[in-house]
Amino acid sequence: MMMTSTLRWWLPLLLLAHTVCAQAVRPTDDMERRVAACTSCHGREGLATNSGYYPRLAGKPSGYLYAQLRSFRDGLRQQADMSYLLANLSDTYLREMADYFAGLELPYPDPPVSDLPEAQLTRGKALVFSGDAARGIRACVQCHGQALTGVTPGIPSLLGLPRLYIASQLGAWVAGDRHAMAPDCMADVGRKLDSEDIRAVAGWLAAQPVPAGARPAASLPGGLPVACGPMEAQR
Amino acid sequence: MSARRPLVRVLLGAVALLAALAGAVMVLNVRGEDRIDENAPPFAATPGQIERGRYLALAGNCAGCHTARGGAAYAGGRSIETPFGAIYASNLTPEPDTGIGRWNADHFWRAMHNGRSRDGRLLYPAFPYTSFTQLTREDSDALYAWLRTLPPVAQANRTHTLRFPYDTQAAVAVWRALFFRPAAFEPQPQQSAEWNRGAYLVGGLGHCIACHGSRNALGATDATRGLVGGMLPAGSWYAPALDTADEAGVAGGSTAQLVALLKTGTAPHATVAGPMAEVVYASTQHLRDADLRAMATYLQALPQQPPQAAPATAVTRRSDSLMRRGEKVYAQQCAWCHGAQGEGSAGAYPALAGNRAVNLANPANLVQMVRRGGYPPATEGNPRPHGMPPFGQVLGDEDIAAVLTFVRGSWGNDGAEVTQRQAMQR
Repeated sequence: MMMTSTLRWWLPLLLLAHTVCAQAVRPTDDMERRVAACTSCHGREGLATNSGYYPRLAGKPSGYLYAQLRSFRDGLRQQADMSYLLANLSDTYLREMADYFAGLELPYPDPPVSDLPEAQLTRGKALVFSGDAARGIRACVQCHGQALTGVTPGIPSLLGLPRLYIASQLGAWVAGDRHAMAPDCMADVGRKLDSEDIRAVAGWLAAQPVPAGARPAASLPGGLPVACGPMEAQR
Repeated sequence: MSARRPLVRVLLGAVALLAALAGAVMVLNVRGEDRIDENAPPFAATPGQIERGRYLALAGNCAGCHTARGGAAYAGGRSIETPFGAIYASNLTPEPDTGIGRWNADHFWRAMHNGRSRDGRLLYPAFPYTSFTQLTREDSDALYAWLRTLPPVAQANRTHTLRFPYDTQAAVAVWRALFFRPAAFEPQPQQSAEWNRGAYLVGGLGHCIACHGSRNALGATDATRGLVGGMLPAGSWYAPALDTADEAGVAGGSTAQLVALLKTGTAPHATVAGPMAEVVYASTQHLRDADLRAMATYLQALPQQPPQAAPATAVTRRSDSLMRRGEKVYAQQCAWCHGAQGEGSAGAYPALAGNRAVNLANPANLVQMVRRGGYPPATEGNPRPHGMPPFGQVLGDEDIAAVLTFVRGSWGNDGAEVTQRQAMQR
């Protein structure tokens, strides 16, 4: 009697759990095999090492990844291999790829030890948290979140990235080689940076450990300080 | 005195000959032109005509050159690299100053059929009027009607960056006198209507010969030789011959599979890559099945070149050290997807064993595939294609040569060694 009533309770729950599990696995089905093309640079499962150049894809906000994929395809962002690979892919498929990588939760390796002088790292940290009001440079945390892990759906994490990658992206904003959807808020910041700023910020960011279970924030406590194209495009 | 006379005569003769040649070139350049009615009444397009024009623009992949990546539709700007310099596609939107807003249907027809612009300039054959000349006036008018409906975009045409003497009108005139003759499509009554439709699409708007034909030293294709295969003008990719079983000939295959390849980018034993992926994505996937069947019917009926039978005793020579190095690279980089025996994985990664494209005499495409990777086009029939990574970041030229030599020499494949020199092509 007891057994039967317990079973009566548990069986549907078990069945439900089974269904939930099946659904949790299903959306990605064989996406891992479909995005194998990304692995030679970004690593299997989008988990690039943080020592080279290529940025990690796993766990970045989906909207951000989607905007980048479209930008590469449509020539807003320049990287020959990326543009070539994506040239003949549809929005729908790019969105699916973005969702796949955004949904991966993988541990981050420890950051490499920085060889930058202490003064430069201090300068980097100051720019990240306080910006440089005299030159009209906003702090990174104002948009990328106090934890620097990004904000869904459009603002990327700044942690767990190779120094070379951060520096080259900041350089691309300075040179006008990288664009986002209008209003291109990052371009306003990017144009004001000089090479010393870039070295300091990239050096400090790349040396930071990523907290366990780091995820992009759902929103910024104080809201966005400026109009942000990538965020608006996703709403 | 008497010695000078013959010299004068020779000089006069030479001048006369040059004048006659120049005259002949000029006459040849305007032959077959219809009179342009500058005071023609405004073109009144029917909805059917506009819709037909939209479809024909897809069939001709006009946007492939006339829309720059991320740029306004049909506003031009994309460069076409040739051995003579770069040519920039023009603005086709109906904007009066920078586009074709002041063109009438006669001007447009003269450009398509005769390769001359509204202002009388001779057009460079990078605009494939050598093929488009076969278009009917009706189809030309439909295209014109549709282009008139585009949003006008003010975007000035970029100046071509051709080297001397190719940047002169005289050079184009001589080229045209040698290699271009306006011609109407002539249906072959002994062939089916389907074959004729296919011939019209393949030889006209489709301008397949622009890639699949071979070009002479002055960049001219030869319609009488047909789709015999050739290197693309930029020099990286090889468009295989469509008239021989050795390359991409389809005479022995199924019509349905060829239609599927053009419609979806993939079919059993074949997937499009490189420039052809672009063609399927932008053009052929949008065509009606009946038109694709017609093209397939025509291509399957092409007179076939005999396969180049290798002498029975010939053994393909490959360097042992290259093979060993290639085997290692293969195990590290390729076997994960393509399998230890080159067997591939059905529906995802193509088999390399017994793959016709792998054994092609010209290894240019394989080098590009390994270096740049690639995705087949995302089409309605294959919306989520599997792709290949660009290994140019990981493998140097020698590794690329080695792994391709290994793949072409294993599992029953019998392709020639790939040299480091061939692998250096960017």
